Amino acid sequence: MNITLNGEAFIFTSGSSISDLLKTLDLEVEKVAIERNMEILPHSLYDNTHIVDGDNLEIVHFIGGG
Amino acid sequence: MSAAVEMLNTDNDFFEVAGQRFTSRLLVGTGKYKDFTETKKAIEASGAEIVTVAVRRVNIHAGKGEMLQDYVDPKKYTYLPNTAGCFTAEDAIRTLRLAREAGGWNLVKLEVLGDKTTLYPDMEETLRAAKVLLDDGFDVMVYCTDDPIAAKKLEDMGCCAIMPLAAPIGSGLGIQNPLNIELIIRQSSVPVLVDAGVGTASDAAVAMELGCDGVLMNTAIAEAKDPIRMARAMKLAIQAGREAYLAGRMPKKGYADASSPSQGLIK
Repeated sequence: MNITLNGEAFIFTSGSSISDLLKTLDLEVEKVAIERNMEILPHSLYDNTHIVDGDNLEIVHFIGGG
Repeated sequence: MSAAVEMLNTDNDFFEVAGQRFTSRLLVGTGKYKDFTETKKAIEASGAEIVTVAVRRVNIHAGKGEMLQDYVDPKKYTYLPNTAGCFTAEDAIRTLRLAREAGGWNLVKLEVLGDKTTLYPDMEETLRAAKVLLDDGFDVMVYCTDDPIAAKKLEDMGCCAIMPLAAPIGSGLGIQNPLNIELIIRQSSVPVLVDAGVGTASDAAVAMELGCDGVLMNTAIAEAKDPIRMARAMKLAIQAGREAYLAGRMPKKGYADASSPSQGLIK
């Protein structure tokens, strides 16, 4: 399955959830926010949201800034 | 630390933003430090309670690694997500909605920039973004030009703090238009914080002497030769400026006025 992840082409296992993706990327759920196809995906939906081919995901976090 | 400085810290002097009280009038950014350890130490030395943070894509190739939160605890400090780098209202709104989901809080700093050379705020876009964010339930602290009319519009819309620039972001030039800052302070009933352009401790003191509720800075501390020492200097300058403002300065005179009595002089 081909998706776009943070602007890059990314291949991931079909039928996976957002939580699966975060585990694979070694990211902590509570420290990120995710936009799926331009819409915010609440943390509570990560387990039950399945990624589909062509999805456009943005995963962001807080970094140092002024 | 001296007893006098400690005494100031415990003063019952605070400002309030979106129902939260803050006693430190120095707000600091968390960017431009050489590493997270320096970030942590500088923020501790500054005494800040509010720290600004940016929202950026995670590095999908790097894994979690060390994160800002591991060094600057969001339970101890109020994280104020910003929209630095956003040049349209849409980008700023999108960024802050993500920030709200990442952090779980509504208090944000809105800035919409108009130009990459000056990083000057685009007030048309800022006003547009502020309206959408306020309607969406955000508590908006807003970075703006030092134009009193624009500042008034932002306050009337419902922004919870007005944050005019002292000088362009990262320039370190100090307050370029003290008259405008003073006009904004006088007209505003929400906190006014000078944001951006402070270079050294005296600039921060001047801002506070004008009657600002606080000062937000990043580069002045992070790019000092000794950032931790500068953080301490800024803390003291903010306190000194605030005390001077509350004390009420003497009037300026166009003539000399001797301090020692003229009576009883030996002849």
